[in-house]
Amino acid sequence: MYQSISTSMKSKIFFQGFKDVLTLLIPVIPFGIIYGVLGLELGLEPWVVIASSFVIFGGASQLAFVQLFSVGTSPYIILGSVGAINSRHLLYGAVCSQYFNKLTNGWKILLSYLLTDQAFAVSLPYIKKNKNFRYHLLGSGFTLWFFWQISTICGVLLGNIIPPELGLNFAIPITFLALLVKEFNKIDHVVVMITSGLASLLLFNFPLKIYIILSALIALCVAYYLIKNFKRFAK
Amino acid sequence: MIWTLIIVAGIITFMMRYSLIALIKPESLSATTKKVLTYVPSAVFPAIIFPAVFLNKNQSFQFNTYEVYAFICALIVGYLTKNTILTIITGLVSYWIITFLL
Repeated sequence: MYQSISTSMKSKIFFQGFKDVLTLLIPVIPFGIIYGVLGLELGLEPWVVIASSFVIFGGASQLAFVQLFSVGTSPYIILGSVGAINSRHLLYGAVCSQYFNKLTNGWKILLSYLLTDQAFAVSLPYIKKNKNFRYHLLGSGFTLWFFWQISTICGVLLGNIIPPELGLNFAIPITFLALLVKEFNKIDHVVVMITSGLASLLLFNFPLKIYIILSALIALCVAYYLIKNFKRFAK
Repeated sequence: MIWTLIIVAGIITFMMRYSLIALIKPESLSATTKKVLTYVPSAVFPAIIFPAVFLNKNQSFQFNTYEVYAFICALIVGYLTKNTILTIITGLVSYWIITFLL
């Protein structure tokens, strides 16, 4: 079932994934540091903050987790928020399921744990076109994982070592924008993007941060409408 | 208490990523579903981008800020070049130019 490939080939693909994800680390590292600092400020033990990055491994949901926990929110609301924020990964899972079916369960578990927004976005074009995509996703996913852990630890141990004037939190929306530029000349994709963006602004105040998944689902309904009603998008 | 919560949050997050990968058989997906799934990045990422750029701390709309200007610069360069790295560099550098020089 598996075509066997040489170790040097595997490491070459892994390194490709590493290289492809490098620029996306620009916001990840300061975000991890800020998370570490904030976790301590909100009264969590250093070990708890570090472990949360390891166990949860999802920046936005971790931030919501520590903020809600520190003000004594009920566990159900905390876990509901984490679930709602991370429910967008169900969509990534649905996309990946088309390509992952031949992988062993061990690989599915490992790659699922590493399947963040950035790893998904960076490796998806490779996944679609190459049989040995698992090493690419392992490379991008592990790199993000590694720097997320290191930057959390840096924040916990060293404090806020990156000056906020650099505005690196602004790099988060910019990197997500950069991940979409390849679709900018496809009118159907642009319509879907604008739908999602406008929906997110309108739904932002809904409880438990469900605006992300709701906006995505609305945008996918628009995509469905376009496919069904315009032949040129259906191909 | 906190440890239990973290572990459950970790399991929830992992299951969001893993469950459909484990459950969906590709042959069970219709051609239309597969086509709709090709729009997932375009449908998810703007919901992360727009609030970060266009909402301020009071969660009201903002259009006249450094972030919006730098975002528009990155958008234009992204459209013209279709290059991920150039888009990120443009966004950050234009943000720095606007905040430090103007």
